[in-house]
Amino acid sequence: MATYLLKTLLKALVVVLGVSLLVFVLTRSIGNPVNTMLPLGASTAERARLTHQLGLDKPLLAQLGDYVAGVAQGNFGESWWQQESALTVALRPLPFTIELSGIALVLSLVFAIPLGILSALKPRSLLDKVASTSSMLGICVPNFWLGLMLILIFSNLLHWFPTSGTGGWQYWVLPSVTLAVLPLGRITQIVRTAMLEQLRELYIVTARSKGLPEFWVVTRHALKNAGVQIVTMSGWELGRMIAGYTIAIEAVFGLPGIGSLIVDAIGQQDFPLIQAITFVIAICIVFLNILIDLSYPLFNPRVKFK
Amino acid sequence: MANSTLVDTDTPELRESRPRFYELHRMTSKMVKDRLALYALIFLMLIFLSAILASIISPHDPTTGDIWNRLKPPSFAGGYSGHLLGTDQLGRDILSRLFYGGRVSLRIGFITVLFSSLVGIFFGLLAGYAGGKTDTIIMGLVDIQFAFPGMLVALVFVMVLGPSELHLTYALAFNGWMVFARMARSLVLTFRDGPLVEAAKAIGAKPLQVMIRHILPNIFAPLVTLFVLEVARIIGAEAMMSFLGYGIQPPSSSWGLMIGEGRAYFPMAWWLIVFPGMMIASTVLALNIFSNWFTTAIDPLQKGQSG
Repeated sequence: MATYLLKTLLKALVVVLGVSLLVFVLTRSIGNPVNTMLPLGASTAERARLTHQLGLDKPLLAQLGDYVAGVAQGNFGESWWQQESALTVALRPLPFTIELSGIALVLSLVFAIPLGILSALKPRSLLDKVASTSSMLGICVPNFWLGLMLILIFSNLLHWFPTSGTGGWQYWVLPSVTLAVLPLGRITQIVRTAMLEQLRELYIVTARSKGLPEFWVVTRHALKNAGVQIVTMSGWELGRMIAGYTIAIEAVFGLPGIGSLIVDAIGQQDFPLIQAITFVIAICIVFLNILIDLSYPLFNPRVKFK
Repeated sequence: MANSTLVDTDTPELRESRPRFYELHRMTSKMVKDRLALYALIFLMLIFLSAILASIISPHDPTTGDIWNRLKPPSFAGGYSGHLLGTDQLGRDILSRLFYGGRVSLRIGFITVLFSSLVGIFFGLLAGYAGGKTDTIIMGLVDIQFAFPGMLVALVFVMVLGPSELHLTYALAFNGWMVFARMARSLVLTFRDGPLVEAAKAIGAKPLQVMIRHILPNIFAPLVTLFVLEVARIIGAEAMMSFLGYGIQPPSSSWGLMIGEGRAYFPMAWWLIVFPGMMIASTVLALNIFSNWFTTAIDPLQKGQSG
């Protein structure tokens, strides 16, 4: 267990460092951002002062040294755009995005698990065909467009839900449904394949022959063993939502999550903020992966961490 | 075939036994049986043709607007009959813009995946064939990149290089090569220690020759499947980037950008958004169905699994 944790943390460190380094190199190769930060009529002296103030006049290696030293202390510097600690700005919208992604994941699991099980129990049945066709559709429809279509139908035509913004539960419905469609399709397929595999195993025959009701055979035996694959896929989907899908969804529904912040930070060319956001997201994903690994013994006690 | 002059390869017996011809015949007959795949292929061909012939078949110029006919609904929804799918905020014909936009979306999809597959397959072959430290380093890089927030890196990439079609292609290819590397490597591993490679080595083939002339043709089919799937994924990713304003820039257009530009006039002018979205979804769907069919057509054993 200790070696496993050490190994995982080391790997995580490499990932986070790799992401940070890449973003550092990318942002520094853009040229001097001072030009876009100051008004058009700014004098050369003003430009030079701001460049110096931001530490952009130092050699690249020195900037990198400052950056790494800062990150080690959890300090990404001031956000140029918001004039406060970049890490604070990056962390503020994170709970919202995690909540939205979490709701979407739960929503997709609630439908994906029963659908996947039923498809696996009766492969090639009508339900199986409907389920796999709709999963395929869900995977192929671009989710930002789906969001706009849902707004068109449920907000503008039927007036059931608000078009955008935050507030009561009504505001969560359309964004979380939009976000849930893609994972729903993929998790249904994973549940189906994993269950098909498990239902072929001998222990299922044993369970059935000792007279266990089919419901318990499926849930307590097959589903539990398929759990590893389902949890892996769900965790992966959650990571993809936090680090990608929410960018477009938050833009469509005008939501104050980390996805909108990314787009704003990039639009403002705010280097410290971009670095802080990528760092925060990389940490989230690494943490999520560790959680998934640690959950394996719940489903299969034979899993050993090495 | 360099040695075709030495042996007469056109005897009836040999013609019969030519695997490629047989494969093609088997695949086409399967395609006719599998209706869905056939429709998908026909649809894809139409999309490709409309993209290639955009300048001929477009009823209007895609960039010049008709100021008196702005935001006209499609002709079937009671609009001005000269514009089948209506006009946008500048009076430009939506149908013509869909043809030209498809050109850009498909071009980005294919060129991006061409880049990412070439790089990925090369490194995958190298990692799988060389093994040892080379393998550890390359696969370590692949693992790190898989943990990356890909879309975020692509956005930063485009911001740094400046939004343009070429830069978007680089950014998306940068996020796609490792899928091919991982797959190529795992496929190579099934061949590396087999008789095929041993025989090639025995007749004195150099490592690069073994990789490209002997291993690559044998692992081609699964890579083609992956290629098609990746094109579908990239078309979606391009649409999202362009929608957010970090992809294709006006006056050029793609399906994703059309949705992004039309948003301000939405939901009043629904046709600005509905049609390009339908084009993306149906193209991606057709590519997925096609790749599914290709997998089963190449390898009949897969049929039972994908059922």
